[in-house]
Amino acid sequence: MTKIAIFDFGAGNLFNLHQSLLGNGAHSVEIIRSLRELENYDGLVLPGVGNFDSAISSMQKDSGLLNAAVDKGMPILGICLGLEMLFDKSEEGILEGLKVLDGDVLMLPRMKVKVPHIGWNNLRIVNTGSNLLKGIPQDSWVYFVHSYHIEPQDDKLIAAVTEYGSKLPVVIERSNLFGTQFHPEKSGKIGAQIMKNFVNICEQN
Amino acid sequence: MPLSKRVIPCLDVDNGRVVKGIKFRGVKDAGDPVELAKTYCDQGADELVFLDITASKQDREIMKSMVRKVASVIDIPFTVGGGIKTLSDAREILLNGADKVSINTATVKTPKLVTDLMKIFGRQCVVVAIDVKRNYEVDEKNEKQTIVHGPERDFYFEVMIYGGSKGTGIDAIRWAKKVEELGAGEILLTSIDADGTKNGYDIELTNAICNSVRIPVIASGGCGSSDHMVEAFKKTDVDAVLAASIFHYDKLTLDKVKRYLAEKGIQTRL
Repeated sequence: MTKIAIFDFGAGNLFNLHQSLLGNGAHSVEIIRSLRELENYDGLVLPGVGNFDSAISSMQKDSGLLNAAVDKGMPILGICLGLEMLFDKSEEGILEGLKVLDGDVLMLPRMKVKVPHIGWNNLRIVNTGSNLLKGIPQDSWVYFVHSYHIEPQDDKLIAAVTEYGSKLPVVIERSNLFGTQFHPEKSGKIGAQIMKNFVNICEQN
Repeated sequence: MPLSKRVIPCLDVDNGRVVKGIKFRGVKDAGDPVELAKTYCDQGADELVFLDITASKQDREIMKSMVRKVASVIDIPFTVGGGIKTLSDAREILLNGADKVSINTATVKTPKLVTDLMKIFGRQCVVVAIDVKRNYEVDEKNEKQTIVHGPERDFYFEVMIYGGSKGTGIDAIRWAKKVEELGAGEILLTSIDADGTKNGYDIELTNAICNSVRIPVIASGGCGSSDHMVEAFKKTDVDAVLAASIFHYDKLTLDKVKRYLAEKGIQTRL
């Protein structure tokens, strides 16, 4: 019985993510607004909808619990904004990030590329031992929709990059902490495989 | 490899049913939007757009339930437009599982709606549809008109509302820049001049808009063949093409169209 929690920042549409987790092996998926009872779940997803400051405010009081869960090795997947908020700070907002990972979130260069980055782009996998990307072929197409990108201090976190104006880090992995800049729940069969991988990691943990 | 160009089928929905002559082999109920969405998705559509062409009050409930059903069967993004007038109309569509809403007439009437939507749901959810028609009644003294010197007559690109039936006097190039500032994430650009002609996308208009904004633009209106898509991608900086009728017959399935684009050197997701 794999039970996964989606944290709700209050910004709306979690239906697709919910459906995707259920469709890819999770036995039950619950929407939560606090991390106090996180031990009841096998994994946590931080969704990719909303804006930085409001998402951070909705989670600030629980940031200690989030860090504790990361330290305990709970599988956590941050998607898009849910990934960005794990870093120190973002050009999208004025509040501090959750500081689970070192690095910043920067706006995409509007002079070089169209912003938002919307559409299907290729994954260049740099960590071929990645658990999240198990079975995902090189150059697979995934769906992006974002205006900001992460800049981790530690390059070793980066599991895959995408070319958009420059090489953007778009998948991070550090033991059981995962993040994708794209939306696996909207990325067809490739995205489904990534969701399955995450559910499997939750199940085996 | 760069970002792929997107091919987006458009489904016109009336009273919960897809309209226009659709003949799909292997689809039990061709007019069922949910089944059609699944078929397009399986064939390799990059996104889908649903346009509610009736948009009456009782129709909104039908639309809401359709959105929820579509969201449960497809795993690619989809946009819903038609008759969205207020923040709560948009919220209802988004909370039921649509990834984006497309707003048109309401943007002209209440520009603030774009900004409100952007602040709550994020820029990526907000597609501003701009319907455009050439207006030959130019006024040289009006600085707000970007006059285009045509081969025969001068004109400006005018923003149209109410499904392309009513002019606004607003210059489309200025309007595109304005909606970008207001918070639009994408522009769905329909040429009323080209719409229904099947003679190809409006290259002149598409270039004029793509060169004025830094957000993605989707071209719409006039597509009658895969070559029209090739033309739009080769001659303009457009990010996506929308088409309806060419997918309505089995001879032109999405996978065939996309393979053709790839053969012609267009970056596509296969």
